[in-house]
Amino acid sequence: MIGVVFGAIASHWRRNRVQLAMLLVGLALATALWSGVQAINTEARAAYDQAARTLGQDHLARIVAKDAGTIPLGAYVALRRAGWSVSPVIEGSLRLSPEVGGGRVRLVGIEPLSLPDGARSINLGGNPALLRSTAPLFAAPQTATRLARTTPAPAPTQIDTTLPEGVAFTDIATAARILGRENPSFLILDAAGPPPGAALPTGLVLRPADPSADPAGLTASFHLNLTAFGFLAFAVGLFIVHSAIGIAFEQRRALMRTLRALGVPLHLLMLAMGLELGLLGLLGGLAGVGLGYGVAGALLPDVAATLRGLYGAEVPGTLSLRPVWWLAGLAIALAGTGLAGAQALWRLWQMPVLVSAHPEAALRTGARGLRLQALAGLSAALLGGAAGLWGEGLWAGFGLLAGLLLGAALILPMGLALALGAAIRLAHGVRADWFWADTRQQLPGLSLALMALMLALAANIGVGSMVASFRQTFDGWLDRRLVAEVYVTARSEAEADAMRDWLNPQVDAILPIWRAETMLAGQPGDVYAMADHATYRDHWPMLATAPDVWDRLALGEGVLINEQFWHRANLRLGAPVDLPGGALPVLGVYSDYGNPRVQVMIGLDQMAARFGDAPRTRLAVRVAPDRAPEIAQSLTQHFALPDDAVVTQAAVKAVSRAIFERTFTVTSALNVLTLGVAGVAMLASLVSLSAVRLPHLAPAWAAGIGRNALAGYELARMLALAALTFVAALPVGLALAWVLLAVINVEAFGWRLPMILFPADWLRLGALALLAAGLAALWPAYRLARRPAADLVKVFSNER
Amino acid sequence: MLLNIHAVHKSYATPEGPVRVLDGIDLQMARGETLALTGESGSGKSTLLHLIAGLDRPDGGQIMINGCDMARATDGQAAQMRRQTVGLIFQQFNLIPSLDVGANLAFQARLAGCHDVDLVGRLATDLGLSDLMRRYPEQLSGGQQQRVAIGRALAARPALLLADEPTGNLDEATGDQVFDLMIRLSAEAGAALLIVTHSMRLAARLGRRVHLKAGRLVA
Repeated sequence: MIGVVFGAIASHWRRNRVQLAMLLVGLALATALWSGVQAINTEARAAYDQAARTLGQDHLARIVAKDAGTIPLGAYVALRRAGWSVSPVIEGSLRLSPEVGGGRVRLVGIEPLSLPDGARSINLGGNPALLRSTAPLFAAPQTATRLARTTPAPAPTQIDTTLPEGVAFTDIATAARILGRENPSFLILDAAGPPPGAALPTGLVLRPADPSADPAGLTASFHLNLTAFGFLAFAVGLFIVHSAIGIAFEQRRALMRTLRALGVPLHLLMLAMGLELGLLGLLGGLAGVGLGYGVAGALLPDVAATLRGLYGAEVPGTLSLRPVWWLAGLAIALAGTGLAGAQALWRLWQMPVLVSAHPEAALRTGARGLRLQALAGLSAALLGGAAGLWGEGLWAGFGLLAGLLLGAALILPMGLALALGAAIRLAHGVRADWFWADTRQQLPGLSLALMALMLALAANIGVGSMVASFRQTFDGWLDRRLVAEVYVTARSEAEADAMRDWLNPQVDAILPIWRAETMLAGQPGDVYAMADHATYRDHWPMLATAPDVWDRLALGEGVLINEQFWHRANLRLGAPVDLPGGALPVLGVYSDYGNPRVQVMIGLDQMAARFGDAPRTRLAVRVAPDRAPEIAQSLTQHFALPDDAVVTQAAVKAVSRAIFERTFTVTSALNVLTLGVAGVAMLASLVSLSAVRLPHLAPAWAAGIGRNALAGYELARMLALAALTFVAALPVGLALAWVLLAVINVEAFGWRLPMILFPADWLRLGALALLAAGLAALWPAYRLARRPAADLVKVFSNER
Repeated sequence: MLLNIHAVHKSYATPEGPVRVLDGIDLQMARGETLALTGESGSGKSTLLHLIAGLDRPDGGQIMINGCDMARATDGQAAQMRRQTVGLIFQQFNLIPSLDVGANLAFQARLAGCHDVDLVGRLATDLGLSDLMRRYPEQLSGGQQQRVAIGRALAARPALLLADEPTGNLDEATGDQVFDLMIRLSAEAGAALLIVTHSMRLAARLGRRVHLKAGRLVA
């Protein structure tokens, strides 16, 4: 019997194929954007896991220097003699030349003979190549290629597919030579742990294994951002599905009643409906997972670039098809279909057999229903506000966002009803009266699609404002941060001294760039030396300063820190920052957009005293801007420098801007796709509604409004509703932009940006929304214009 | 007796208080018998029909069909009775709009698990639907739709056929044709036929007539 009942219910779709297509498209799009984002996240997490497993970072303890410096060789030897089963590791970052995309590769030097078994997941411990006098660098394919092509090449490279991207392994002696270090960065302790009763010498500490080691922790916020976008798109897609299922149910309400009257038990009807939903979920899910794979494949290279640029985390640019991912995609499609269809199932369960049905009845929501929905929206917005005010961390920010968006979406129909009520009062003439009254009557049926449109528009305005604000701020920041006209990297300190002597008579100033790596508040960070010069005093992008900041910095009385460090370590002006050689107070905070690492600036003398071995090979040159290319060229020729040793300010800025644009490719793509989903939502609703619209339109037609005119009104109605929705989306989008800039960005990336308004962008988006609404309404309107008069007559012949 | 109704009561709640629609109904029908149930609008004719079909429950009394008390049957038992023993014909036809005539005709028989292709074919011929089998309900006239509804009910070989104002939506000539078909085919199938109608003229063509007035049956 279930087959007969299922066949009767499902036969609806055979007669309503466009409606079925819309439902499947909605479900496929929702699943695609969600599972696409999840594919990217899964790929990235797999890469992080692989990285964390190397050297047993996730399950082996380490011995590190308490002052965040290196471990003296003598201390290592003493530990081995005292029975500690430890193995030395030298770790540092290797800067790649611009022609291979710049960035850094983490270089890890291991001692193959003493490496604990638990750290041999990289399978290099017994590799005889490591025992050669000049061991090669072992790296994953992409990293190996970049290392081989960078200039100057640090050492020969060898591909090892078991290694994660972004890291190169070699023998400790080779690493020491490349990095210019002698002492181990840390010691890996065997799983057996310390010898009984043994204590570590002063200055060394035991750091337990960290299963959640970087970069997974660092990048969590980025993936949460992506997930939030994916979820928003999924929610917008579900609006389509909910709307399509709801209308299809209402269209079949009479059928359900007939089936019950003919002896079909309710539970069997529920089962058949559930089967139908399951089948639709499965079909839409399969299409969505396939589409999601395509979306993820297209976006992954940009995401990989973003992760490398923002966090220094390496993720391969190619996607692998993981069973856990596509099963999860199907599961979310089925769950979404179930959620979207739950209301229809509940209505079926509650439906009395004897109550007469009108397909459009359930689309009518009374004023009380609208008020209740608006009240629920207000509550959601207040809850979100409470999360933002009293919550902590990124989740509080997303709570605020969710409350804001959900609240605004729920309030929208009430707002539109009020606006349409005002239009009815202001309307003159019978056609205008009818048009606005009919538009208000249409509102419940279209409200889900309009809510989806508002969410998509608000997301576009919010994210668009954030990106545009960021772009403008970033440009200004680059101008202040990259003040020197030419940047030079010498091959040795002697060459740097020679360059200084050669440049001195030709340029305005030569500023040293010294850099050292150290641990800052428990995180790997950079320390830079800052010369006492007007270049910095006049331009450096300071966010907060103590009095006499530059004089005190030059005197070595404190440090400047970047905004990321300020937020992450929750520091204040005057707070001490632990550095090798003793703590120094914070004198100022500067913006440092796009840098994944925490950073400190200290005076030149302090740098020399505390980081005596920091390489002094880089210089910033001040010269009249029009002379910069000439100086760069003659410097290169005079010292026979490689091409990448000298870069001009203009070139650095161009590269920085290119990285910036790539960073936001993903969010822009998701934005456009979400707007596309909203367009499909409108089309789906209009197509579904057109099936039950005839009884509304037939009286107007009978009264003398022609079919072409009716079609025109249908088009105008959708444009009017889209325009009103856009007006409602504007403040919501701006609020979203503020939350993104002032809350989410600070939590996720560690910096805050000023909010800048771009009305021209809004106008463009408004026009796009009208275009989407117009396109969505065009086909149903065309069908109405072409509808045979007999169809309209039937409305009256069926009246009873 | 196929149908035995005893002391059936039914009231509806209204803002002005409960309204008693049926007040102690007693009625019997034998197999193959035809009965017209007449009465004014709002006299409770349709309510009584719905109670017999198990679509609603009485406040008191017994409605026995083939030994099963529809007044106390669970939803599942009532549904089973409708599939296998009781055939329903509605004023609004209530065909399945997404199925063609052929599928609609066979529908209830397939539900009841007694689908007989030959019987459906004969019914289609008898009802003059043979040329319309691939059409959908929206492509049929009201009379044609009601003929499909009659065929759908009879194809499941019900012991009792209940028809609620089956000609109420049809013009007089078409109504007469449909009425005659219903009587003839139910007689051929050996089914008892209970028809609710306003029309005394049509009621007179059935074997017996009972009139419902103020919630009570009068001869």
